[in-house]
Amino acid sequence: MRYHKPDSFVEASRIASAAGRYRFLAGGTDVLVQMRAGISTPEDMIDLKGIPGVGDIARTPEGGWRIGVAVPGAVLGRHASLKADWPGVVEGMNLVGSTQVQGRATLAGNLCNGSPAADSVPGLIAACARVEVTGSTGTREILVEDVPAGPGRTTLAPGEVVSAILLPPRGAGGGDAYLRFIPRTEMDIAVVGCAVSLRFADGVITEARVALGAVAPTVLLVPEAAAALIGTQGDGVALAALSAAAMGAARPISDRRGTAEFRKEIAGVLARRAATIALARARGEPA
Amino acid sequence: MSKVHVSATVNGDPVEFLADPRESLLDCLRDHLGLTGTKEGCGTGDCGACSVLVDGTLLCACLVLGVEAEGKTIGTIEGLAQGHELHPLQRAFIDHAALQCGFCTPGILVASKALLDQNPDPTEEQVRFWLAGNLCRCTGYDKIVRAVMDAAAEIRGA
Repeated sequence: MRYHKPDSFVEASRIASAAGRYRFLAGGTDVLVQMRAGISTPEDMIDLKGIPGVGDIARTPEGGWRIGVAVPGAVLGRHASLKADWPGVVEGMNLVGSTQVQGRATLAGNLCNGSPAADSVPGLIAACARVEVTGSTGTREILVEDVPAGPGRTTLAPGEVVSAILLPPRGAGGGDAYLRFIPRTEMDIAVVGCAVSLRFADGVITEARVALGAVAPTVLLVPEAAAALIGTQGDGVALAALSAAAMGAARPISDRRGTAEFRKEIAGVLARRAATIALARARGEPA
Repeated sequence: MSKVHVSATVNGDPVEFLADPRESLLDCLRDHLGLTGTKEGCGTGDCGACSVLVDGTLLCACLVLGVEAEGKTIGTIEGLAQGHELHPLQRAFIDHAALQCGFCTPGILVASKALLDQNPDPTEEQVRFWLAGNLCRCTGYDKIVRAVMDAAAEIRGA
């Protein structure tokens, strides 16, 4: 295996385009495990941490956020203004792994690893986050929900690399939240995850996005669940409709971590609870 | 496969080694630098036995490539005691019998030190969550948590 540490994403993409089996390395908390298991046998390892800006969290001119691909979960968790804007995004990422894993694991890696149970991805999708992708022909931006293609797969073309995570401006009256179900309190993979982001203005929910994890081959954006909230006050009737929509959209498998029936039911429960927290945050109340 | 020359600082000392790019930092510490206090438990970032500090951040050395250590400052269990003077955490672990087989102990000590360096007065819950990635199959954790709380109190009082 050859180890590369390029100083630009264009160079990283060029190395990847010329390589056979390659992996990009940011936090490495999935890549190294897969190498050890023999699932991944890269001939070229392209470390992105030498590229300027990959460790930065920066406010964009529009008032959103640009998060570098090597920013670990622990750093996100300590960033007060990012957390104030997007608490659901940060709390999702902070659920990934242990303290040690939080010191390395990144949003970009969690996304590109392609797990349907990735804890940070529902929050990013609910937030309408985008990623900047660099390839041989330049950069493009795509919505986070358009990145996963199935377990372990993304829609990125060979040689393309995620070069930043982009969160939109939060704006007034916004709130988001992520909840997952696991049978213990720490160090586990989501049986179901759910993120809700919404905006509350003049007594009504005016915008909402709902995303479900671990109930389909990719993290799902569920517009019908969002529709159950929009135009309502987030009351019991709306939350019941949200739950029903989330359960209806979930198409999970049964495995050792939970049955399909259980996962569908939990999707409804988590959607209701996450929406309640997101709404409280939007109203500036304790969640 | 060509090896890569790596220069780093380990426990305050400058070190150099030749790493196969596939080797983990854990392999390099143990096999090239002879620092066998850092243990390999799972090798997949689940157990915390290989906990080390890299530029002040607590990590699993099995989840870092050795070549990534270039220019980094690394702290291992071998750097915890000052000569023959045990760190308060090490003394507390002995006093509380917070270990049995001892295989997880270096990682738990390094992780606990990292916690106390940033939070000298943690609650029991904070200790338990911080150490959730350090598995111990012997003690049941209670003695470990009590030892960390006691060491924290001693350090605060010192």
